[in-house]
Amino acid sequence: MGNSQSKIRVLIAKAGLDGHDRGAKVVARSLRDAGMEVIYTGLRQTPEMITEAALQEDVHVVGLSILSGAHMTLVPKILKLLKEEGLDDVKLFLGGIIPDEDKPELTKLGVNGIYGPGTSTQTIIEDIQKACL
Amino acid sequence: MPVTHAQAILNGERLALSRALTQVENNTAEGLEILKALFPHTGSAHLIGVTGAPGTGKSTLVNQLALTYRQSIAGSAPPRVAIVAVDPTSPFSGGALLGDRVRMQDLAGDPGIFIRSMASRGSLGGLAAATAGLVQVFDAAGFEIVIIETVGAGQAEVNIAKLAHSTIVIEAPGLGDEIQTIKAGILEIADILVVNKSDRPDAENTLRGLRNMLSLAHPDGDQVNHHGQLMELDAESDRTENGWIPHVLPTIATSGEGIPDLVNSLTAHYDYLKSSGIWQVREEKRLKNQLETLLGTALRSRWEKRISPDIYQAALAQVIKRELSPWRAVEELILGAGL
Repeated sequence: MGNSQSKIRVLIAKAGLDGHDRGAKVVARSLRDAGMEVIYTGLRQTPEMITEAALQEDVHVVGLSILSGAHMTLVPKILKLLKEEGLDDVKLFLGGIIPDEDKPELTKLGVNGIYGPGTSTQTIIEDIQKACL
Repeated sequence: MPVTHAQAILNGERLALSRALTQVENNTAEGLEILKALFPHTGSAHLIGVTGAPGTGKSTLVNQLALTYRQSIAGSAPPRVAIVAVDPTSPFSGGALLGDRVRMQDLAGDPGIFIRSMASRGSLGGLAAATAGLVQVFDAAGFEIVIIETVGAGQAEVNIAKLAHSTIVIEAPGLGDEIQTIKAGILEIADILVVNKSDRPDAENTLRGLRNMLSLAHPDGDQVNHHGQLMELDAESDRTENGWIPHVLPTIATSGEGIPDLVNSLTAHYDYLKSSGIWQVREEKRLKNQLETLLGTALRSRWEKRISPDIYQAALAQVIKRELSPWRAVEELILGAGL
């Protein structure tokens, strides 16, 4: 036993049908190296699967990777399901190919951060750490 | 409120369960209160340990095992299955990548299954310090089957055998020769030995090696057939405290082949433990272990509160200068704390 300790727990999920998870793995690895506990779910997760995993793993953060263009369908659905399960306090971060014109709407829905190609992993780490304070 | 939190878990609320697992894992005061409140409700789950080297297919096998349990018993309600999957924490960053869920996607959407990933957080021995606590929470929450998957284990990660009622050790074909099978350590803790990936060419050799090992450890009437002659074996110490001879089973976890046999073996082992009274013996041993560990921790933390850091540092400095032996230092430090 000894001292109590807590860690930032992050679920990294690939939502939808695209099968390219290099970016998700790079982010997962960077968060691990920043001292977080990262649960990686693998490819082709439905919003229901992501919500269930977030609940079972009691994560602080869900990081979604979407490259398929389906973010305006998937993200609202995931946010709604999280709320229904009582996980309102879980922060949602989004990475992938997200057009600028969609960003205000997604932010309004409750997405905490949106990251495109070329984002420094340090930025993502710091944003997550700030959100979990 | 801890008491109502415990009650919510007993009522089957999944969010309450999940949040409690975090409190227990983080070793918080609330987690401790939850464990206290849940303790009377523990003791009925069948705890199944799954261990083996990295890449032998532990997570895939756990996935199939849970699926089979959820379908197994026709006519009656299938058991609820909890999975605690432990992966290693990086000794450098303190972070962890927990990837066991990747192999368990077939289990999504089944409310009778609950998967929790756990980082080892610096513990050796294949489990995390809080794994036993998490298992007790699942037990109290009414999961009849709790599967504990260890970190990818080498030869000496044997703590799982202290926690689980039934331990499955997974081997894959082609890892080492027969000498590996007679070494002490991980193979000795197996109640069931599984040769996974048994569609690989070397599988027959691995199965034969393991069966030979068992025939040495559990010879009929203390005799072993050697060059056609029966040899007496001085094998008193090799015989298990019980009459269970580990099963050796081939499986192909990716396709599910051999898994129903594995479930049958687990059920047979459970029945054996119950009917022989060994279940009770192990349970008593486990609780004694737990009590002693808790007592040790509590005494240490009480000691830490009573001794001033200066006195400790002074003693340490003397030991480093070799003016004081570590044994003498311990005596003085304990006396100095008034214990």
